Amino acid sequence: MLHNLSIGELGRSLTAGQISSVELTRHFLGRIERLNPALNAVITLTAEQALAEAAAADRRRAAGEQAPLLGIPLIHKDIFCTDGVRTSCGSRMLDNFIAPYDATVVTRLKTAGAVMLGKANMDEFAMGSSNETSFYGPVKNPWDLSKVPGGSSGGSAAAAAARLAVFTTGTDTGGSIRQPAALTGVTGVKPTYGRVSRFGMIAFASSLDQAGVLARSAADAAVVLQAMAGFDPQDSTSIDTPVPDYPAALDQPLAGLKIGLLREFFEGLEARNAALIHDALKIYRSLGAQTVDVSLPHLPLSVPTYYVVAPAECSSNLSRFDGVRFGYRCKQPRDLLDLYKRSRGEGFGAEVKRRIMTGTYVLSAGYFDAYYLKAQKVRRLITDDFRAAFEQADLLIGPTTPTPAFAIGAKIDDPITMYLNDIYTIGANLAGLPGLSLPCGFVDGLPMGLQLIGPHFSESKLLNAAHRFQTATDWHQRSPRGYEQ
Amino acid sequence: MNLTRQDVEKIAHLARLSITEQEMPVYVTSLSSIVNFVADLSRAQTDAVQPMAHPLDGQHQRLRADAVSESDHHEKYQVNAPAVQAGLYVVPRVIE
Repeated sequence: MLHNLSIGELGRSLTAGQISSVELTRHFLGRIERLNPALNAVITLTAEQALAEAAAADRRRAAGEQAPLLGIPLIHKDIFCTDGVRTSCGSRMLDNFIAPYDATVVTRLKTAGAVMLGKANMDEFAMGSSNETSFYGPVKNPWDLSKVPGGSSGGSAAAAAARLAVFTTGTDTGGSIRQPAALTGVTGVKPTYGRVSRFGMIAFASSLDQAGVLARSAADAAVVLQAMAGFDPQDSTSIDTPVPDYPAALDQPLAGLKIGLLREFFEGLEARNAALIHDALKIYRSLGAQTVDVSLPHLPLSVPTYYVVAPAECSSNLSRFDGVRFGYRCKQPRDLLDLYKRSRGEGFGAEVKRRIMTGTYVLSAGYFDAYYLKAQKVRRLITDDFRAAFEQADLLIGPTTPTPAFAIGAKIDDPITMYLNDIYTIGANLAGLPGLSLPCGFVDGLPMGLQLIGPHFSESKLLNAAHRFQTATDWHQRSPRGYEQ
Repeated sequence: MNLTRQDVEKIAHLARLSITEQEMPVYVTSLSSIVNFVADLSRAQTDAVQPMAHPLDGQHQRLRADAVSESDHHEKYQVNAPAVQAGLYVVPRVIE
């Protein structure tokens, strides 16, 4: 079946003329039409534009071009601005917003010849770990429709797992690519902060936000990241260092690789979940890697640190939504203050308002030092812990999440319980490190993720380690029931 | 420390958010629990620690030549505006 093929296999079929991009695009549009109503993963379909892009890709290939993503269908998280297409960020605030330009991620993938099928559902403004805060309703997990797909890139993860596209894009501020990738059984990559441009990606917490990819294998993710990564003068924190050849490094041997087992990631982890990680370590040892125990003593403070830093940055970033220049405006405002307050009060959902208020509080006079400045200091302690760990190990390993996917509705009324879902993923964001989640087995029929974290700009090594694991296992090839055909 | 309704009203005003009567008790409870949760940070010894604002060391604000790099897109941008008149954004009267 076309939807189970890798990017490499599809590229060979396209080059050989066995299929066309138009046929491939029709195939995925058909799957979205048939399978998405139950999942709610895709909130905007751009079928006509997709078929035009596919026809253009077919012409480019007929003219001899062989770019790896030429004619390959994708779905963008609805946080990326797409010129002329609604960009909602999962919010009522932007329900009517037609982006006037493309995000750099969108431009780069378009230039590479990838075909956009539509936009993926997400937690509102990327604030959530279950995709239940979306204005467009929750996304369902294709492995069990009563479970969440994780968040905030829940639509992207569910779409990749259900094979509604060859790959999807996502963003990760505290785990929003890796956590949903783990809960839906796909491979998710959060690159180093600054590796992929943030231009045109609607901001949540600017010192943490990073764009990345969700795919069905590390090999596919490597091809996509190759097209996404690189310096962008339009993003003031974009890093100007050369992008290595990710696909070329995939098969490097792992002999001598030192993998650090994160002690704090196993405290309180249920035995069945921990067993999957230990099974994965056995595979890594059989591939020639060595394992060492490492500790990040300040890691338990990562969630409180994050829930000061991220809301503070969000309260500042989201002040742009004022009901004046774009987005939702309340009916019949009495005066300017009423216009601001009601446009924002009615346009934002409950969790977004909670985070804006948390951020406003920690930045307000009298509380700044105790919360915001303190959190920035602890952020450095956590970053220093990682630096020390990388003196002992090349890569760090642990679970991506404490548990597999939970039931829709189970945690939405208790913010702290929901926040603790990201306990294993937040550290990498605070320190700006690249992280990757890959499928490593099942608990109660639901996928679990193995997380790899590396030093800054070690994406090549992470993808290499993930790919070697995926050549020794077939967890990443499992398909949720009902989505194989 | 628990926040009071007055605290939350003040925060909401600073954040320019209208909060309904139904929402208010939920925020008083949940914001209090978040403030108590992040108060854990006080346990960390940070006397000699420099605050960290950016995840990568040695980065500084890039400068570019002071040259025009953008053309005028205001018509395209104003398509998204809730109310526009003569190319200007319309808001309730501010000056009496």
